[in-house]
Amino acid sequence: MGRTTVRLIQYALTLLVGLFMVVPVVMSILAGVTQNFFVGLKSGLTLHWVGEVWRLYSETIALSMLIAICCVALTLAIGVPCAYVLAKRPGRIARAVEEVLTLPVAIPGLALALALIITWGGFRDFRTSWAFILVGHVLYTLPFMTRSVLSVLAASEMRDLEEGAASLGAGFWTRLVTVVLPNAKGGILAGALMVLTLSVGEFNLTWMLHTPETKTLPVGLADSYASMRLEIASAYTLVFFVMIVPLLVAMQAMSRTRRRAAHPEEEPLPCAPTPQPSN
Amino acid sequence: MRLSRDAHRLILLALPVSVFALAFFLVPLARLAIVAGQGPKGIAAYASIVTEPRHFESMLVTLGLALAVTLTALGLATVAGLFLSRHQFPGRQLAIAVLTLPLAFPGVVVGFLVIMLGGRQGLIGAITQALGGGKVVFAYSLAGLFVGYLYFSIPRVILTVMASAEKLDPALEEAARSLGASPLRVLKDVTLPGLAPGLTAAGAICFATAMGAFGTAFSLAANIDVLPMTIYTEFTLNANIAAAASLSLVLGAVTWSALFLARSLAGAPAAAAV
Repeated sequence: MGRTTVRLIQYALTLLVGLFMVVPVVMSILAGVTQNFFVGLKSGLTLHWVGEVWRLYSETIALSMLIAICCVALTLAIGVPCAYVLAKRPGRIARAVEEVLTLPVAIPGLALALALIITWGGFRDFRTSWAFILVGHVLYTLPFMTRSVLSVLAASEMRDLEEGAASLGAGFWTRLVTVVLPNAKGGILAGALMVLTLSVGEFNLTWMLHTPETKTLPVGLADSYASMRLEIASAYTLVFFVMIVPLLVAMQAMSRTRRRAAHPEEEPLPCAPTPQPSN
Repeated sequence: MRLSRDAHRLILLALPVSVFALAFFLVPLARLAIVAGQGPKGIAAYASIVTEPRHFESMLVTLGLALAVTLTALGLATVAGLFLSRHQFPGRQLAIAVLTLPLAFPGVVVGFLVIMLGGRQGLIGAITQALGGGKVVFAYSLAGLFVGYLYFSIPRVILTVMASAEKLDPALEEAARSLGASPLRVLKDVTLPGLAPGLTAAGAICFATAMGAFGTAFSLAANIDVLPMTIYTEFTLNANIAAAASLSLVLGAVTWSALFLARSLAGAPAAAAV
């Protein structure tokens, strides 16, 4: 086999895999704006189904946004200080703590949700409120925030900057607020974007934790897949894409600029995580 | 003096995360482990994965599916990832975007996309019908699960392969080639060993995700009971909380071990990806 043949086969296979990824998405988008999907595009384009989705499911969209924003706020409040502590005290204990904090990513969402329900399900007001879902989301997304911030804080320049500030007489809190946090901005922003994206799309935990009064967007999606006509399910999926794709594009653009900003001969950021929904 | 005051402040900063982890993770996990052993079968519930035929079968199907998906995804994504990182061609950026954007699609949506391809009104069925081969509907079977799991696995592996390929020294391959090695030989002896740590890490993540995947199986509502669906059924339909708890702990142990093993084998990259 010559090199050209090999390259052609590679090209064809890459193209096929690309089609596999994109064709169902395009189909689902089209189905959401087609009068009658069974008849096909010739039945005409319409926004009728999107309107129906708005009428039926706008509450799930609002709740998902509310939970995602609260989730970002909480992971910032808990995760950023945690990352700072881990960066200041590297060592065996910090490694163990990090390991425990990352566990919720390695354990299936179903198991986490069961554990939460068994322990906290008896507190009825808590169990039936959206705060219960929020706790699950924070549990699942916290490792992504912590690691994203830690990857920036662990860089050597950060230690130099802080030592410099300390030698000039800046106290602990002054250093934290005026030196550490501004310089960790990139990691914090990347972490926040990741948490936002993961929270909006989280299903595995949410399906177990939700009640009929606390349905999020992915829960509503599963509901529509099971009980609505294909056009409504597709239009709903389209709404979800419109929400999530800008976040994904922003995330990819950010990781590109961050990679470019780093020294070319330097290893890529040691623990910059990739987002992983638990499918 | 100053140091110890800083230590106090660090403890203060670590307080919120400690309280949260304790209340909503460590204690619930411990409760889960206790509840699992308190069913009618007592501590033997943990062994139900091998003693109960339904659970054992479910475990075997899930393991087989996860392995098949992992190997296929590694194969396809290695070819595509290597190609994308090595060659410039028109539409390359678009191809990379298309292949990696689905990374954060939740499992339920992936299930729906499989229905778009292989469901009752799906594209594949329409094509086979037009070709006179009858309507092929595969979405609600094991094949549908395989296609869905492959869909959410491919972007992850492609990203890893591309990142690893960028770190490989192209001079090594050039040297092997100039010494007369065939393309296949170069791939086997130079390229793949270079990619191995990244592939191990990506493979472990694929495997762990496929083992624990719930959303895709849920929206396909297939007749196949993968382990997460079995857990869900035990909990909601049979109200067998002990069985659900023990099975989910076993499942958690399997996925965590896969990730841990890969990290020990491959070093830092696996840790980075988790």
